[in-house]
Amino acid sequence: MTITILGFALRLALWLLLAPLLPGLINKVKAWVAGRRGPPVLQLYYDLARLWRKGVVLSTLASPGFIIAPAVAWVALVGAALLLPLGPGGTALSFRGDVLLMIYLLALARFCTVWAAMETGSAFEGMGSVREVSYAVLTEAAIIAAVLSLCVHTGGLSLATILAPAAGAGAALLAGGLFTVLLAENCRVPFDDPNTHLELTMIHEVMVLDHSGPPLAAILHGASVKLLLFSVLLVQAVIPLGDLSPLAAGGALAGGVLVVTIGVGLVESLLARFAFRQVPFLLTLAFLLCLFALLVAWKGGAA
Amino acid sequence: MNSTTSFVQLANATSLPWAEVPAWPVAEFVRVTAAALERGGRLCAWFGVPEPMATVGPSKAEGPAISLVAIVASDAENILAVGRSAPFSGKYPALTPLNHQAHLFEREVWEQHGVEPEGHPWLKPVRRTAGTAPAVGEFFRVDGGEIHEVAVGPVHAGVIEPGHFRFQCAGEEVIHLEIALGYQHRGVETAMAGGPHRATLSQMETVAGDSTIAHTTAYATVLETLAGGEAPLRAQWLRAIALELERLASHTGDLGALAGDVAFLPTSAACGKIRGDFLNLSALLCGNRFGRSLVRPGGCGHDLEPARAQQLLSRLETHLADIEQAATWLWDAASVRARFENVGTVFASQATEIGLVGPAARASGLVRDVRYDHPAGWHRFAQAPVAVWSGGDVLARARVRWLEIQRSGQFIREQLASPPDGAVREDLLPAAPETLAVALVEGWRGEVCHVALTDAAGRFRRYKIVDPSFHNWTGLALALRGQAISDFPICNKSFNLSYCGFDL
Repeated sequence: MTITILGFALRLALWLLLAPLLPGLINKVKAWVAGRRGPPVLQLYYDLARLWRKGVVLSTLASPGFIIAPAVAWVALVGAALLLPLGPGGTALSFRGDVLLMIYLLALARFCTVWAAMETGSAFEGMGSVREVSYAVLTEAAIIAAVLSLCVHTGGLSLATILAPAAGAGAALLAGGLFTVLLAENCRVPFDDPNTHLELTMIHEVMVLDHSGPPLAAILHGASVKLLLFSVLLVQAVIPLGDLSPLAAGGALAGGVLVVTIGVGLVESLLARFAFRQVPFLLTLAFLLCLFALLVAWKGGAA
Repeated sequence: MNSTTSFVQLANATSLPWAEVPAWPVAEFVRVTAAALERGGRLCAWFGVPEPMATVGPSKAEGPAISLVAIVASDAENILAVGRSAPFSGKYPALTPLNHQAHLFEREVWEQHGVEPEGHPWLKPVRRTAGTAPAVGEFFRVDGGEIHEVAVGPVHAGVIEPGHFRFQCAGEEVIHLEIALGYQHRGVETAMAGGPHRATLSQMETVAGDSTIAHTTAYATVLETLAGGEAPLRAQWLRAIALELERLASHTGDLGALAGDVAFLPTSAACGKIRGDFLNLSALLCGNRFGRSLVRPGGCGHDLEPARAQQLLSRLETHLADIEQAATWLWDAASVRARFENVGTVFASQATEIGLVGPAARASGLVRDVRYDHPAGWHRFAQAPVAVWSGGDVLARARVRWLEIQRSGQFIREQLASPPDGAVREDLLPAAPETLAVALVEGWRGEVCHVALTDAAGRFRRYKIVDPSFHNWTGLALALRGQAISDFPICNKSFNLSYCGFDL
């Protein structure tokens, strides 16, 4: 029992403490490509500590949902992350169908972010919410198709069983699809620009404009957990970690996440962001890639 | 005067006695101006001159009397034309319904002098303050269940100047944009009355801080013209070089800002640095990165010795090679082209109708460049080809900037090779009394227009400044029609207009 609790606490600590590292790494890669020195890798940790000490500015129009929603979103994201196995480390909690719970927890987090954004009645945040929700229709379809292809490939319905042997023949398709979804879900270039100050062009950033202090810290930290979650999911879906020794598997997972992070940084360094009207095309492409992975898993298994 | 008499003509950077400016009764004057504009003229300036009460006569006193003055440029004939109305007060028939170039000018005159243009379609303040904020009045509204209104500014998320933008949107599409400025109104023109004062030159350097050379050159030219002479050749040569350095720095910054707005990091990061390099070349000329203290009435405050000229040239070559590389990245990126093409289009007909100037006009295919159309100073002897691009979209405005960077670079190379001899500064004679002087300078944003009218003592009776932004803000509003609201930032950057130059 103590071991279970200890393992759970360790896993939780790992997710919470490692997640803010990723945005720092991405920014370092971008700075390196641009020939700048860039902010410290640990910048997000400093930001979170600073925000946590700050007070909260509340709109007189906002209901308590303005504060509650970010908290619920953060819990939902961390919960979804805990369901995901960490390579040889396994998962804190595994049951048949937990993959569905993960998808629903991600959706709940999104609902809460949009809810909090709508609270202040700002025109900017309304526009951001509309964009967030309309693109989610396509990204969620891609995620479901990706998960389905893993389920069909392995015949399992829990994350621990479907992720261990990777996607087999469809891995390349899945890698392309899931990486695109990762960029879209985490508001990276070419879908969104995390560095912009232009309210009219933002998706995610504009939804959190009115947040401050600890709720903003929760939102920023939740976003980094989500980025780590998608990176871990992508790596495990593509690399068959189950076939490796625990030590090699752990190294491969960490290395894979690092490669994904650097990949995101390079994409942001070399690509301009898309016009909004082109975003659905790219997301549909991601969905199709995952759909073809599903076909490969289905027909490839029969052949 | 009878109605067939046309405006009196004068060249850029010349003056003529106030008495020689033909005057018509105001209604007739509006018709004559409209006819001049109809023949392909461009309204450079339209402003009121307060008249002493004695000249009004015994007619009804509806507030202070003014004379309206119009400066119309005939670019094809390389000539300016001036006319004025007889003193009047109260109301007059508006020019705007006959020609849309007068839209903002008439609002400005109404605001400054209280004469009402009857029939003006959208009469509201331009920059007048009411308490702590400009009296921006009612905004144009689009009604409908699916229409939403987005208000941006005057406080923005970036470190930029204050301005208020009111969008009427259907979803992501902008149906109408109205721009309300005036937050930086400092009273520059009012401060000029009775001048030049001791602070005037400093004020001219900061009319629009990024166009210091353009505005100070125009101001110095006006004073030199009023004194009946011109600056020494060597000073004119230096001013022309400094003007192109200013253009290089600003255009480089704009290309970088455009890249930054579409999150294209390579060009964005490089241009930020190269802009600083070009600014440092201005500092090499005069010790100030924005060219303050270089242009002085009667000449230049600093000379350029051969050693420094050599250093300027060699550094210029390095920076031009750098910007060439950064621009190549920008044009080669398909993802960037996809964002710039067919976005924020201003058609040539629209550009003509609203009197667009500068790179924005040239990007709509109009050949409009004061250095070429109305050469004054050093530009009478040396010219760069006019950079024109058709299309009118963000890509065209970016392309015109790139062309101008190349041509400015070449221009400076050529001029540094053949410097004129002589002094850089001469003492100015006193300004002629009762005289009107006009100076146009092609700043990097477009036509900078300064008009001065002296009183009997040779002091400024009226000083009018028209920054290119005054003509071009309407162009930005037009560019946004039917565009995605998320494309506003790149449209805005592609114009990169001045708030303080407009607000004065």
